[in-house]
Amino acid sequence: MKRHLLEAADLDRDDATLVLDTAAQIDAALAGREVKKLPTLRGRTVVNLFYEDSTRTRISFELAAKRLSADVINFSAKGSSVSKGESLKDTALTLEAMGSDAIVVRHSASGAPHRLANWVQGSVVNAGDGTHEHPTQALLDAYTIRRRLGRLDGVRVVVVGDVLHSRVARSNVWLLTTLGAQVTLVAPPTLLPVGVGSWPVEVSYDLDAVLPKADAVMMLRVQAERMNASFFPSAREYSRRYGLDAVRMAALSDDAIVMHPGPMNRGMEIAADVADSVRSTIVEQVGNGVSVRMAVLYLLLGGNA
Amino acid sequence: MTTLIKGARVLGGEPADLLLKDGRVAAVGGRLSVPGATVVDADGLVALPGLVDLHTHLREPGREDAETVETGSRAAALGGFTAVHAMANTDPVADTAGVVEQVWRLGQEAGLVDVVPVGAVTVGLRGERLAELGAMADSAARVRVFSDDGHCVADPALMRRALEYVKAFDGVVAQHAEEPRLTVGAQMNEGDRSARLGLTGWPAAAEEAVIARDVLLAQHVGARLHVCHVSTAGSVELLRWAKSRGVQVTAEVTPHHLLLTEACAESYDPVFKVNPPLRTDEDVHALRAGLADGTIDAVATDHAPHAVEDKESEWAQARPGMLGLEQALSVVLEALVEPGLLDWAGVADRMSVRPAAIGRLDGHGRPLAPGEPANLLLLDPAARATVDPAALASRSRNSPYAGRELPGRVVATFLRGEATVLDGKAVK
Repeated sequence: MKRHLLEAADLDRDDATLVLDTAAQIDAALAGREVKKLPTLRGRTVVNLFYEDSTRTRISFELAAKRLSADVINFSAKGSSVSKGESLKDTALTLEAMGSDAIVVRHSASGAPHRLANWVQGSVVNAGDGTHEHPTQALLDAYTIRRRLGRLDGVRVVVVGDVLHSRVARSNVWLLTTLGAQVTLVAPPTLLPVGVGSWPVEVSYDLDAVLPKADAVMMLRVQAERMNASFFPSAREYSRRYGLDAVRMAALSDDAIVMHPGPMNRGMEIAADVADSVRSTIVEQVGNGVSVRMAVLYLLLGGNA
Repeated sequence: MTTLIKGARVLGGEPADLLLKDGRVAAVGGRLSVPGATVVDADGLVALPGLVDLHTHLREPGREDAETVETGSRAAALGGFTAVHAMANTDPVADTAGVVEQVWRLGQEAGLVDVVPVGAVTVGLRGERLAELGAMADSAARVRVFSDDGHCVADPALMRRALEYVKAFDGVVAQHAEEPRLTVGAQMNEGDRSARLGLTGWPAAAEEAVIARDVLLAQHVGARLHVCHVSTAGSVELLRWAKSRGVQVTAEVTPHHLLLTEACAESYDPVFKVNPPLRTDEDVHALRAGLADGTIDAVATDHAPHAVEDKESEWAQARPGMLGLEQALSVVLEALVEPGLLDWAGVADRMSVRPAAIGRLDGHGRPLAPGEPANLLLLDPAARATVDPAALASRSRNSPYAGRELPGRVVATFLRGEATVLDGKAVK
């Protein structure tokens, strides 16, 4: 593993597989144990530096670090010196001076973790940067697919929704194709980036046409405010053309799974009965997120210790 | 003061001596001998008319921490410039006779280059109503170039009126061509790379749409139009078409758009963030070809100094712009002269003669011939140097060429016969 986890595009097949295998070992080691804690990162300090509100990702990283016995500091940009105008660089240097070994950063600016990695000695983990990447989400998604379907090679994954603004989609495109899966992106043309043609994926505007062949369907969160910028005419039209409801779900093959990174807009991109169906891995993804993030922190911080 | 330059190759020709006296070129010839003259050995050096920049941000008044008229003038002289047009987006904006006269006077006091203020087209650069263009034209600063640079004059009716109005004093509107609705939040060229990097795209069409509109307006009202920092292959095509139709349009390209591509954004280092953004290889080649064939008239630096804190940040938070004055000529050597696209006469034309003509500067862009103003530079074309931002004369350090080796070294610059640079160092 490299020193940082900045983007899924950085991970080669061996690195990515190592993370998934390590997560599986962690799950096996903790299975059935009353005390779900490993001593691996005792004495190490992990800072969660969150410039965007993200309760679930922050909690997941916090839990992952704590289960590895690391000391965890949560630094939220709101109500801190950042709101008084402190720069990212000064904040990072301050945290490092206090002895942080790893900084887990969530930021609204694409590339912020890359900048951070230039300024600090410790490891930087990208917990979502702007519309760029969210590599641990892709790792937990890959882990979930592998657990459910037993493999990733040749698995057909359909990613549906606001690809243009989605860091989850970007990370999944790179990671899943690195791991041998075939990715199809489905969205209205307005929500696909110009340049998507250079990605190693299939692109479709027609959800119904691709569903029968899918092994996994990943629904992306669509923010209703996108319709104010004319990315689509209305929430209702979006839902009708690109939402996953029970009727569409019936077109899936028997083993196909339905995924969502959360938080969901029930009734918008995904119907409640789909989200709660046996095909849905949505709750499982959350649990797997902790294991995968433990694996990442372990490999970055504890692997060679 | 009398200076005798020995053995300079004027426009790369045969070595000749130049006698500078009373601010003018007094004589050009082989083996001149003038008792009492200060002798400058120019063996192996190329003499070019002093460069003229149509597009410089000197930041004064308002951001003297990033650049002042004096520090920017020194950077310009070191780059071989004898005249620079100071853009209007200062604080306060150069939209009145008072502000342009202040900038002009600061330039006179620094005395390193002729600082020619650009006047804002609209009050406060807000794009709502015309600034007092005539007052700025009639002021001591003698403004002829008007620009809201940094902002596009997006309202087509207002642009039409501006183009028409400045005809009264032979002015020109220099348009920052950027359709603002197409570039909301834009961070880099829109294409494969922006898609992957997750940076909001700045489509080429946002520049080209405005150029297309404005050349039609300029033709309709019979006015002069100048297009700032052309950055796309499509823009070059539009300009070629417009010129073939007889539209009075001129255009400039920056050194960085001639050399660098959007690949620089991969680092997320905002030193490469600039507006318009760095584009593709294909665009770079089209810009070089357009400059070589004269479709693009001039190289203009868009020298944009920024304080460290405005660049040492996340990409999206950083201000756009990069330094250019001290490396402009070297970049043109690297991008056009060494590949054989432009000869020395071509360099003089695109970096001195034509920009001076666009700005209506009588004393610049003149041939190095007896009786002409002694504005010139001496260049060592064989020298190569690695760019060190800390060694620049600019008050800022945001050079995109840091660590890059570039050809050519300006050895001396003369403004009306007075050396502003000697032995590669500023005289004051």
